[in-house]
Amino acid sequence: MSGNIWVVAALCRGRLLDATYEAVALGRELAENLGTKLEVLLLGHELKDVLGTLGIADAVLCVEHAALADPVPEVHAHVVARLAGTRHPQAILVPQTNVTWELGSLVAGELGVPYVNSCTELRMVEQTLEAHTVLYGGKVEAIVRTKHAPSIFGLVSGVRAVEKGYADHAPATERITEVDVQPTSVQLRRYLEPEAGDIDISKEEVLVGVGRGIETRDNLEVSKELADVLGGAICGSRPVIDQGWLPLSRQVGKSGATVKPKLYIAAGISGAPEHVEGMKGSGLIIAINSDPQAPIFQVAHYGIVAKLLDVLPALTEAIRSRSRRGMKQYA
Amino acid sequence: MKIVVLLKMVPDVVEELEIAPDGKSLDTTYLRMILNDSDNHALEEALLLKERHGGKVCLLAPDAPEVDDALFAALAKGADRAVKIAGIDAAEGTRAVVARIVQALSTADLLPADLILTGAQAIDDLDGLVAPLLAQTLRWSHLSVVNQVRFDASTGVTTVTKEFPGGLRAEFEIKLPAVLGIQSAEKPPRYVPVAKVRAAMKSLQIDSTTVPIAAGMPALEIQSMAKPSAAGHAEMLEGLPEAVAGKLCDVLAAHGLL
Ligand SMILES: Cc1cc2nc3c(=O)[nH]c(=O)nc-3n(C[C@H](O)[C@H](O)[C@H](O)COP(=O)(O)OP(=O)(O)OC[C@H]3O[C@@H](n4cnc5c(N)ncnc54)[C@H](O)[C@@H]3O)c2cc1C
Repeated sequence: MSGNIWVVAALCRGRLLDATYEAVALGRELAENLGTKLEVLLLGHELKDVLGTLGIADAVLCVEHAALADPVPEVHAHVVARLAGTRHPQAILVPQTNVTWELGSLVAGELGVPYVNSCTELRMVEQTLEAHTVLYGGKVEAIVRTKHAPSIFGLVSGVRAVEKGYADHAPATERITEVDVQPTSVQLRRYLEPEAGDIDISKEEVLVGVGRGIETRDNLEVSKELADVLGGAICGSRPVIDQGWLPLSRQVGKSGATVKPKLYIAAGISGAPEHVEGMKGSGLIIAINSDPQAPIFQVAHYGIVAKLLDVLPALTEAIRSRSRRGMKQYA
Repeated sequence: MKIVVLLKMVPDVVEELEIAPDGKSLDTTYLRMILNDSDNHALEEALLLKERHGGKVCLLAPDAPEVDDALFAALAKGADRAVKIAGIDAAEGTRAVVARIVQALSTADLLPADLILTGAQAIDDLDGLVAPLLAQTLRWSHLSVVNQVRFDASTGVTTVTKEFPGGLRAEFEIKLPAVLGIQSAEKPPRYVPVAKVRAAMKSLQIDSTTVPIAAGMPALEIQSMAKPSAAGHAEMLEGLPEAVAGKLCDVLAAHGLL
């Protein structure tokens, strides 16, 4: 094995997503480990503004074509597959953002090579690439090996710190404009902006996040009361939003907001990687879950194994009585 | 509109998961199987499309423990036909599984169809290749992380909304037939009363089809499985709710949050 390591950049409306830098950081380690080069594959149209931060890589392969302006997965995948067919990278790392979700699998499908998704770690062991991948909503970790070159790896968010893959300079750039564009029956029509009007949860200092464990819409009241005494707001994981119990503007995670409050209370949230990527940067994380094995306890600072309907009201009451006591002291 | 929905049973992760003695798989002794969450959303989206535009919703599922219950529930919700594929083993690898699905689509007379819908992700998936490989094999279009499918009968145009980061969504026009990975349906999956499921069990049937083992790329081989290590585990607070609440208050106060 001697091919380069590729990272396919994830762009959203011309802006590099953080997951790209995380992938670059991991790709850098892997390239050192293998004594090979790290190249970032950047696909799009009029891309000059984004090159200046990719200097951790040895080179950027900048593939520019009008047909790549919009994020149509099958068009992008075909271009990546064709390039891989002539340049023989040893591994292709694709950050699993919503934008690039289909990309790795379509490339693997076209090339007839293995794809491993939800990877958290990649390294060379006994001449074989070994991937750690998360299964069952984060409850199990599996180790998979593949000897095939290239193999394609989808990376979960947070594989490395963004800063480790971020540079203030551009690497050598190779421009590729001759590309084999596949005809497609998928066309981007427009972007639909998130609805405004609600509060911006990314600006809140205290968030009480609720998940499927809240069970009913009526139970939300309990979390709201807690948020009120703490001077914060409530937000939710995807099932709560999908049920229509909270608006999309309150969703935390991959498809929702990234939040970094001083305090995040996760109640009845299992801690799936797609939720965790949106809240792991919070200052203090407290998790309440009836399942002692819930993965949220791996990211939380403090954990309580209990029913949320027992703990949340008790906590609200305890805070209330403390503040009453506090006021008496001042009186 | 003719829609095929691919459904799959997965372990219920609310239950405790144990690793089997081989160290490479889950211990299935106490495993409870449920319908994969996003497959349930794919089913709902198909039913919504049928309600709006007429047509048929056919279900195709690998045979698995408890799959009959899920299929009867789906029939009770309004699906028209359910077909099980006998003998599929995920250990064959996704390519072989997809080859079998393609065969089953024709032996069970499910093609031509306008749409094949399935969940954007299954929690037990190592490679998430089913939908994209199926699309490539059939030479249909593919999009995933979809949360709305709209068909305009007057123009014949189908639009699909895909989730992007930060609450942003992108609307695509897509020519049918297509294979779509549904992330969430436009509305929460409908509830079906047990009585209706029982009635479906009495009056309806599930078809079964057998397809030969397909040669494919060897499956990804799992070397080992483990529960994530306890590194970075939360400090656990124990006691009755009032006692725990008191301890939490101390923590909040120590962090200047009260
Ligand atoms: C492309 C993509 C994008 C996604 N984007 C997002 C996103 O933006 N945000 C997001 O959140 N998810 C997202 N997801 C979904 C994610 O994978 C998980 O399915 C989701 O986060 C699970 O939500 P949950 O923890 O509320 O539910 P579950 O995983 O069902 O967990 C419920 C938890 O509640 C606990 N519980 C049950 N009853 C009680 C009780 N009485 N008291 C206390 N605890 C209880 C259970 O033990 C369990 O741990 C995305 C998935 C994909 C594939």
